[in-house]
Amino acid sequence: MPHPYIPNDHEETIREIMKSIGIKDVEELYSDVPYKIRLKRRMKLPDPHSEMEAKREIERMLRRNSTVKELISFLGAGVWNHYVPAVIDEIVSRGEFLTSYTPYQAEISQGMLQALFEYQSMICELLEMDVANCSMYDWSSSLGEAARMAVRVTGRREIIIPHYISPERLAVLKAYSEPAGIRILEVKQKISDGQIDLEDLKCKVSDKTAAVYVENPSYLGFIIEDVKDISEIIHDADGLFIVGVDPSSLGVLKPPGDYGADIVVGEGQPLGNYMSMGGSLLGIFACRSESRLIRQMPGRIVGMTRTKDGRSRAFCLALQTREQHIRRHRATSNICTNASMTALRAAVYMALLGPEGFKELSEIILSKTYYMIKRLSRIDGVKTPIFKSAHFKEFTVNYDQTSRSVDYVNRELLKNGILGGKPLNSEFPELGETSLFCVTELTSLEEMDRLLSVLEDVLGG
Amino acid sequence: MGEFRQARWVEPLVFEISRESKRGHRFPRMNGLLKAALREALKDMPENLRREKRIDLPCLSEVDVVRHFTRLSQMSFGVDTGLYPLGSCTMKYNPKVNDAVASSDSIRYIHPYQPEETVQGILEIMYTLSSWFAEITGMSKFSLQPSAGAQGELTGALIIRAYHKRNGEGDVRDEIIVPDSAHGTNPASAAMAGFKVIVVPSDMNGCVDIEALKEAVSSRTAGLMLTNPNTLGIFEERILEISEIIHDAGGLLYYDGANINAILGKVRPGDMGFDIVHLNLHKTFSTPHGGGGPGSGPVGVKEHLKDFLPVPLVDFDGERYYLNYDVPYSIGRVRAFYGCVDVLLKAFMYILIMGAEGLEKASEISVLNANFLARKLSEIRGFSLPYGKDKPRKHEFVLSCSDLKHETGVTARNVSKRLLDYGIHAPTIYFPLIVKEALMIEPTESESIESLKEFVNVFAEISNEAYMKPELVLDAPHNTSVSLVDEAAASHPKTMCLSWRMYKSKLLSGERVKG
Ligand SMILES: Cc1ncc(COP(=O)(O)O)c(C=O)c1O
Repeated sequence: MPHPYIPNDHEETIREIMKSIGIKDVEELYSDVPYKIRLKRRMKLPDPHSEMEAKREIERMLRRNSTVKELISFLGAGVWNHYVPAVIDEIVSRGEFLTSYTPYQAEISQGMLQALFEYQSMICELLEMDVANCSMYDWSSSLGEAARMAVRVTGRREIIIPHYISPERLAVLKAYSEPAGIRILEVKQKISDGQIDLEDLKCKVSDKTAAVYVENPSYLGFIIEDVKDISEIIHDADGLFIVGVDPSSLGVLKPPGDYGADIVVGEGQPLGNYMSMGGSLLGIFACRSESRLIRQMPGRIVGMTRTKDGRSRAFCLALQTREQHIRRHRATSNICTNASMTALRAAVYMALLGPEGFKELSEIILSKTYYMIKRLSRIDGVKTPIFKSAHFKEFTVNYDQTSRSVDYVNRELLKNGILGGKPLNSEFPELGETSLFCVTELTSLEEMDRLLSVLEDVLGG
Repeated sequence: MGEFRQARWVEPLVFEISRESKRGHRFPRMNGLLKAALREALKDMPENLRREKRIDLPCLSEVDVVRHFTRLSQMSFGVDTGLYPLGSCTMKYNPKVNDAVASSDSIRYIHPYQPEETVQGILEIMYTLSSWFAEITGMSKFSLQPSAGAQGELTGALIIRAYHKRNGEGDVRDEIIVPDSAHGTNPASAAMAGFKVIVVPSDMNGCVDIEALKEAVSSRTAGLMLTNPNTLGIFEERILEISEIIHDAGGLLYYDGANINAILGKVRPGDMGFDIVHLNLHKTFSTPHGGGGPGSGPVGVKEHLKDFLPVPLVDFDGERYYLNYDVPYSIGRVRAFYGCVDVLLKAFMYILIMGAEGLEKASEISVLNANFLARKLSEIRGFSLPYGKDKPRKHEFVLSCSDLKHETGVTARNVSKRLLDYGIHAPTIYFPLIVKEALMIEPTESESIESLKEFVNVFAEISNEAYMKPELVLDAPHNTSVSLVDEAAASHPKTMCLSWRMYKSKLLSGERVKG
């Protein structure tokens, strides 16, 4: 029986093709493969399945997962459970988008190119930056690329990062930096409020500093306040200021372009993308409109232009001479396939929300953050947040005064169908028995109440 | 002229159809408790960190948004629309059931930091998939972390670096060898991992020049990056010799798996002598390219390199699946979390449906289809098939229209644009760099004999046009949403316009703008 995906999988057709190329056996096409290395057995893989069987099989396996629809989740720390409007799934399932390649052939890919140009443009508005590329793999690889870019732009080799940063992001930054001979220095953050220790920063910034990197909101949810000072300190030393953002905060928080950021990176997953166990993410990457920066940008960039006859507006990939297919080992990055589909999702998301929707989103998240902190801190022995600063979406919850460990609390919560915050005790031992909680617009008051009552039981018992 | 007509909406930018009064999405209203909390929060928020200016995003209704993006989709072209013979990219059919499964709640609504006991299903799938990849490639262990082929290459190059460092040769082994026919990501990835790139030429058959390779290796050789079949679609017959030369010199062999669609079940990179492999799931394993990602580029290694893989690995202790962070010489990480899990799920479905038999069949037919086209197209006036005269091609081949160019002025770019007029996506052009006026064609197993014949007819027609009325080809395309795009202007500092905000500021300053 011919395979549904392989139209020519039929004896007669195969014979016809073989005849026209003058062979008698398909094996002749592999005659140049030395016999010694040929696989002389069938691969040990499952037998072929019909669509129905395969679907049943995989659904059986997937049933062994519990999702945040069944459990109440307070997990964030890099991927967050946000609402995805139905329009987005509909648009990205269109085969013309979904099954296309990178739009090298501009004339037949205007739709995808325009959509990506709109993604870039809307991201720029959100960040108050001038230029964005049309996606990186995720926040952490964006950060790795930003560090390398800062080094190319400044000719210096030190990057200063905050102490409180996601260990995953840090690991990626290190992997991307080490081969380029980049030295990563850490600036102290005050244990009282998490703010960057400006004196320490001044000591560390020098004529070797390529860039200072801060995140706002920080990994642990608090807002970094002295961004203007930080920007001044690094710019006075002729280095670059790199800022990492969670875009869902930008309806209320000042955009990094307003406080001097030269390069902005971030995770675009909150913009219309599912968590999918940390699967398909979206690395945001933007910079100022300075040619020394733009020429060093990694990744694909779509530009607006016109047709050669001048008659209509058109779009195409721009500045390709930075890229690997032209510049090869001198390219600004090796990136080829990027994350267009998650960027398209983000474009549709931003177009749907508009300025008011975005403000509402950030305000709802902010209000829930404060509501939750207030309620939680009423529980005996619970300290939240550890850092006395403004917070957005995420915050630390410490159990030191309760004689319970984070692991114990989380186990008990799970027995009650609740996913507690991400444990931080191994990442930042100085914080004690602490976890990182997250609320989004999807976290309901009922779910928060449920957490509170279970937590009171767990800690009281 | 062809019968194809692409949609030609005059679709303004989202910013240009914005009307202040419109809303595209509404969130639930805040109740009194939340409003009070918000007031408090805003009081707590330092004044200088509040967003003052409204975000300059467009205001559209939901209806506007749906129409806008639907129209844009109609001005795009995918495998679902028609023949997409883009060489090196393996634009095969993307089975719909895979997308259906990957969009189920039981994958979308999983958080990566959930306790392992709540994600046993997906961990089992990932573990099983890694072991399938190991079997398909002849490797010992796979990491599913890399986000795409190029990130797989970077991972592999970092492993090579870590391996030599571990052997006390980190400082001396600083060169990676790549053939001149290699994909651009190979040298770019090697350079990102801190290596000097040494290019070796191809021989008359388009394969690695063995003598040149022997000369290129030295005590500084860290490794070689190679794809086999190579980018000409020709199998590197002397692969065992190549492997020996590199290994004898103390280097490692890296396999760029972009072309593995040709050889599934026939020959495995592990058996060719490769130490490290990446696979592009968005090529051979049928996951959609999505207009440029997200893809997935798992990396596999032989036994002696498994302690260098990125963390975490997905492992099984006989009872439960778990994330293993205990990898002694791990290169660390190249991205957050565990890989493009949703893409992995699609590849899993694909292998399950195809089975060993189906995968091998896919390879055979992709090779048959390519050889059919290679034969027929190279017979057409103006086209030729350089390199490897009597060698069979594998899943793809590279045609040259050098003759056509000399005789008519019509270039590979012109031919590719003219193909668009017939509703056929262009091949990859001007790659590999060793072929003049290159048209790199990969039909995949997804094309029927009818569509292959149609493709041949179109090529013959374009050849005729080139000789009879070349303007038609030189001015192509005519039937796409727009005519020939001024790409140079898009990159010229004077006319460059990379965002709406750049466009507006250039307009204001009275500069010349395109758009
Ligand atoms: C031969 C070859 N190597 C590597 C790559 C890079 O893969 P990716 O685009 O997934 O990063 C490609 C993709 O175009 C390719 O064709």
